Amino acid sequence: MDTPTINDLNICVATENGSGSASSNNILFKAIFKMGIPCSSKNMFPSNIQGLPTWYQIRASAEGYLSRKDVIDVMVMFNDATAAKDIYRVRDGGLILYDDSTPLPAHLRRDGVQYLGVPANKLVTKLVPASPLRAKQRNMIYVGALAYLFGIDMEIIKAVLEDTFGKKPAVIESNLACIDAGYQHMKEKSYTQNIARLEVIPNGNKGKIITEGNTAAALGAIYGGASVICWYPITPSSSLAEAMEYYLPRLRKPKDGKKAYAIVQAEDEIASASMIVGAGWAGARSMTSTSGPGLSLMNESLGLAYYAEIPCVFFIIQRGGPSTGLPTRTQQADISLMYGASHGDTRHVILIPHDTNSCFDFARRSFDFADRFQTPVFVAMDLDLGMNLWLSEPLKLQREPFDLGKRLAAEQLEEWTKAGKKFRRYFDQDGDGIPYRTVPGNQHRMASYFARGSGHDVDAKYSEDEHDYKAILDRLRKKFETARKFVPKPIVEKEKSVKTGIICYGSSYEPVREARDRLKTRGLRTNHMLIRALPLTSEVRDFLAEHDTIYLVEQNRDAQMAAIIKDEHPDLGAKIVSVLIYNGLPATPLEVVNQIFAAAQSTERKTAQM
Amino acid sequence: MCRGCGHDAISASVMRAYFENSIDPRKVVKLSGIGCSSKTPAYFLSQSFGFNAVHGRMSAVATGANLANHSLMPIGVSGDGDTSAIGLGNFCHMMRRNVNITYIIENNGVYGLTKGQFSATADVGSVMKGGKVNDIPAIDLAELAITLDATYVARSFSGDRKQLAPLVQGALAHKGSAILDVISPCVTFNNHEGSTKSLKYAKAHLDPIHDIDFIPPYENIEADYDEGTDHEVKLHDGSRIILHKLSKSYDPTNKAQAISAIHGAIAEGKFLTGLIYYNPNRKDFAEELNLCDTPLSELTQDDLQPSVEQLDEINANFMK
Repeated sequence: MDTPTINDLNICVATENGSGSASSNNILFKAIFKMGIPCSSKNMFPSNIQGLPTWYQIRASAEGYLSRKDVIDVMVMFNDATAAKDIYRVRDGGLILYDDSTPLPAHLRRDGVQYLGVPANKLVTKLVPASPLRAKQRNMIYVGALAYLFGIDMEIIKAVLEDTFGKKPAVIESNLACIDAGYQHMKEKSYTQNIARLEVIPNGNKGKIITEGNTAAALGAIYGGASVICWYPITPSSSLAEAMEYYLPRLRKPKDGKKAYAIVQAEDEIASASMIVGAGWAGARSMTSTSGPGLSLMNESLGLAYYAEIPCVFFIIQRGGPSTGLPTRTQQADISLMYGASHGDTRHVILIPHDTNSCFDFARRSFDFADRFQTPVFVAMDLDLGMNLWLSEPLKLQREPFDLGKRLAAEQLEEWTKAGKKFRRYFDQDGDGIPYRTVPGNQHRMASYFARGSGHDVDAKYSEDEHDYKAILDRLRKKFETARKFVPKPIVEKEKSVKTGIICYGSSYEPVREARDRLKTRGLRTNHMLIRALPLTSEVRDFLAEHDTIYLVEQNRDAQMAAIIKDEHPDLGAKIVSVLIYNGLPATPLEVVNQIFAAAQSTERKTAQM
Repeated sequence: MCRGCGHDAISASVMRAYFENSIDPRKVVKLSGIGCSSKTPAYFLSQSFGFNAVHGRMSAVATGANLANHSLMPIGVSGDGDTSAIGLGNFCHMMRRNVNITYIIENNGVYGLTKGQFSATADVGSVMKGGKVNDIPAIDLAELAITLDATYVARSFSGDRKQLAPLVQGALAHKGSAILDVISPCVTFNNHEGSTKSLKYAKAHLDPIHDIDFIPPYENIEADYDEGTDHEVKLHDGSRIILHKLSKSYDPTNKAQAISAIHGAIAEGKFLTGLIYYNPNRKDFAEELNLCDTPLSELTQDDLQPSVEQLDEINANFMK
């Protein structure tokens, strides 16, 4: 028999949605975190409130990997509806924990795995009076059973319960009773397993935090000065706006004894986008958050904001499309839509965070970019990054002044007037494609202008003149080229002698990081570039030039980022081999490794045939 | 605008209302959607900021602008296509929120800029220039506005400056959603025999509830006011509207009466005009949200950015 690993374990909990497993899984996850072990969790939930199957993976990784692991060591089989499939999700030599209140049907037996039973129904019936709560507390039993089997101390569980339910001793007590019953049952039966042992790492997670990308982005937006927030509920972006609703009254001090922000749940995404365009025009830092279907509805407003040059920020938390698609699953399939959103010639600035820290940082800075470039700015995230819990360093605030860009106050206009200079709203005075702007409320007699989505000249006057029209389009392109020099640069890890590169972006970063280590142990060393924004910066071209083969990992079918890169660098684009993962689940390192090896072998075969 | 367009007459009344109310144009923002009507804000108050947005979205754009700076006085000019068709949803929700705005619908029952298609305010039986008859009931925007509790709802006629100008003055003085549904004949596409929005037809079927006097706050003059038959409306800024009874007494704060009066006029094939509904008791949206007096657009980093210590506290919570 194998010796158990230390602190390397992947548990999958299969339950029914709405059965209270969110709470029990959270306690289990936090307990492992509290032991100081690097850990991650992936919630694979249905678009439903109660009744459909849901899976939650908790991974402990001594090496600190946070991606969804492809191999499941332990299956908590607590959902009859999926049990027949769940028994095959666990690896050979793995463990299945099931409720043995009633005997396990023969068809749920398979060879090569260990079965351990815990009579969760019976125990919870004894401990919890008949109530809707009883069904929910049944899930606490497996927390106790796993705690015993893998070595989580009950004192740690208690501490997590206190952190979670703080001021509700009755809730703590009843949960603890159920967890303890599961624990004691396994102990009485002297059950053991030989897969893994969880051991406390002293100070292992000291100073580390656990949060979701949506929460981090919401906080970043608050620190970035968002003051008009208009949104419409849509998974997986709602929790971003809701986090702002929660934190704004707690964080932002009142002004004049009243609120220094407006947060509005709009009637639809057309309205939320239109509202933030109106607010951006009128000078507030405005934002919305949405997902694919909402982004589709926002397209007309995005074109308006682009053409009338109005700052506003769009947080896009991507999910599985097209159409309603998979609302509760993850994807990176709206990159093309964002980049060229709306009709006509448009190009948009997109910031692409890859972890919770960059969610916070890019969210804050997105308002500076929007004001600096007087244009809509996207923050492109996805469900995996936005809604799953991530272990990270604490959120850090870079103290730097807000960049309001070329926004003229009345006093500056007065100076201009004295100097004989005229304010021309859409005139490229500085040669960088960025004009000066004023906002309503500016009382200077030169300040006002007429913004419009129809053709206009440099003075914002209605114009259908062919020269006026083309001049504005060309200047907008120039402005975009200026933005190229300002957006966050990629993070590059490279060794000179290595000629194979991997490019990825966003939440693909973590599986790629792990995949690169696995590739290395199998003899393939790779360099890496993490793209963090569009437009592409010059580093991307350098990276393409420096490598013979480049694998571009993204979570969509049509290789959307690869298409953008190939379009901009047609001479180097042929080096790109796309690694595409698009089943709606967070990408795993194994998928990355397998596709890269498959591609490498097929290239070798082709070369051999030549 | 085409020569003789009702919209120009409305612009003239709007300009007169601003002048009479002594409003600084730099405090005004003009917004519009798409259509002939939406082009008109370019022709008045050149010192005001303007925003000609996209089709049907003016009400939502104006809502956002109002949140960003509630010290400004928004005027929105829209048409029946912009408001009653493509923008109906946003229009409804703007009124539901009671966003502070003077919202004028230049209503001619027809899409002018795309050359003469029926709009959603075209009456049943009204005939298109080519002879096509409309057989789908019209949306009555005044009735809709009352139902959704817009707080100042009036209907008038572009050619009736004597009535329209004081109604616009009242709308400007009002804080909340002031909706003016103004019949404004399209001389090019909807002014023929068989149209119910032609100049001739409109003039012949107007049904004014009252004569209207607007008294701005700075004037202390005694109005010509008949106790018992006239009705006085006090507006937020201290100005007053005096409604002089014509045929029957009418209390515009009575919602049920307002709706039944509209229905009554429709049954007789008439356009009820005047201040149809007024609700002085609703907060406007910015007040409802308890927004600070300083416009959000003028807040500084010190106002907006929480401290590093606050972030430390949040981080500490995330360590649990």
